[in-house]
Amino acid sequence: MNHRVAVTGIGAISALGQTFPDMWAGLAAGCSAIRPLTLVPPGSLRFLNAAEVPDYNPLDHFNEKDAQMLDRFAQFAAVAAREAIGVSGIEFSPELQERTAIVLGNSGGGKTTEDEGFYSLYALQQPRVSPLTIARAMSNAGASRVSLEYGITGPVYTISTACSSANHAIGQAFRMVRSGEAEVAIAGGSEAPLSMGFLKAWEAMRVVAPDTCRPFSLDRRGLILGEGAAILVLEPEERARARGAQILGEIAGFGMSSDAHHITQPSALGAARAMRSALNDAGLAPQAIGYVNAHGTGTTANDATETEAIRSVFGEHAGKLLVSSTKSMHGHALGAAGAIEAAATLGALHYGLIPPTANYTAPDPACDLDVVPNTARAVQVEGAISNSFAFGGLNAVLVFRKLA
Amino acid sequence: MSDELISRVTGVIAKTQKIPPETVTIDKSFEELKIDSLDGINILFALEGEFDLDIPDDAARGIRTVRDMVEGIEKLLAAKSEAAKSKE
Repeated sequence: MNHRVAVTGIGAISALGQTFPDMWAGLAAGCSAIRPLTLVPPGSLRFLNAAEVPDYNPLDHFNEKDAQMLDRFAQFAAVAAREAIGVSGIEFSPELQERTAIVLGNSGGGKTTEDEGFYSLYALQQPRVSPLTIARAMSNAGASRVSLEYGITGPVYTISTACSSANHAIGQAFRMVRSGEAEVAIAGGSEAPLSMGFLKAWEAMRVVAPDTCRPFSLDRRGLILGEGAAILVLEPEERARARGAQILGEIAGFGMSSDAHHITQPSALGAARAMRSALNDAGLAPQAIGYVNAHGTGTTANDATETEAIRSVFGEHAGKLLVSSTKSMHGHALGAAGAIEAAATLGALHYGLIPPTANYTAPDPACDLDVVPNTARAVQVEGAISNSFAFGGLNAVLVFRKLA
Repeated sequence: MSDELISRVTGVIAKTQKIPPETVTIDKSFEELKIDSLDGINILFALEGEFDLDIPDDAARGIRTVRDMVEGIEKLLAAKSEAAKSKE
């Protein structure tokens, strides 16, 4: 028998603040946290801005020994997991530790750790790198840290599908809880991509906006990189009810597809197939959806292609949808993007408020949807989807429902 | 547009695309040469190296043909030599 999957905890650390309530306050206010880069020397890149976690000090969250062991991306995962698990109120008994899964998305691993190691090798001509490099930089370091902190001994793994990583991770965790394979799942994603070497690689790709991220806007000039993590706690609805937990929403379906079209160019067909597959999985008609948290990177290609895909899936109902890209506020956090946006989507359902597309200046005929420009809208929707479309053509879409 | 400039630019395009140099002529479009957006970025990178230039994103936007590319490089080289002169 399949369970309905309730979300009973949300944690988030992003450019909008170090907790989910901070992030939600920013989203609700339509506040863009895109600011001048501070993690690399100024003037070294064609773009100036990023969405950095503000005032982040590892020692606020970890002792010196642990801070040394953990790359920034793994720290973010642990910080968000602690918040989510705290909110859920779950206490892990030895039996539950074995029946709990952790599935986290991450795209790049410990980029800062690698950068520092390679800098000391090639630039400083040092003959060796820190023996902690591998343990810090491996993509599963975040999931493993959460497993260690809470003694979780069930299935624990990391999914790396670039910008779709977190949606794929949450989707896998959702299916494990729905089927009963896991009793509780901790799912989400984390990313800390703002190292000089990786930023230079993004610069070379010419997809980063020189100023800010303006999804769906006529004058959009690209994405803005972000960092952070978001973690959800998932459990069967009946389990949450039995222990009197607050239910923040339901994950109702998950769909994925591969474009098999091009390594970086998006495809409306592939994106549409993932959305249809997610709706089918949820057993919902397109008319049941009121809000789409778009992939909405702010590149010319993505936003027009995503609009076309949404129109093809939703038909006439597309005109009634509210569609926003919260990347305009928290940036594109790559392997954490889907998780941060899942948190935003759950907030929209829970609080009855649709976060806007910030930095919007002028309509683009190629993006002719209601993109909720600049100001949040108080509308209670019952169903929502959140899109993630990755380089490599890998698409993952989650369906959420309000579950009071 | 000097022949030398044309041949350096087309040479870079051919080398980057791994296609015979004689196929890259001034009147070819990127579409005809099967140069997609990612290939285009890779060619820009190679041209920056070849001519010791910084090609801004805005200058790169809208380039669709070999001719556009040669003209763009010509303009940037002229600006570069102006800048060098004014420094003297």
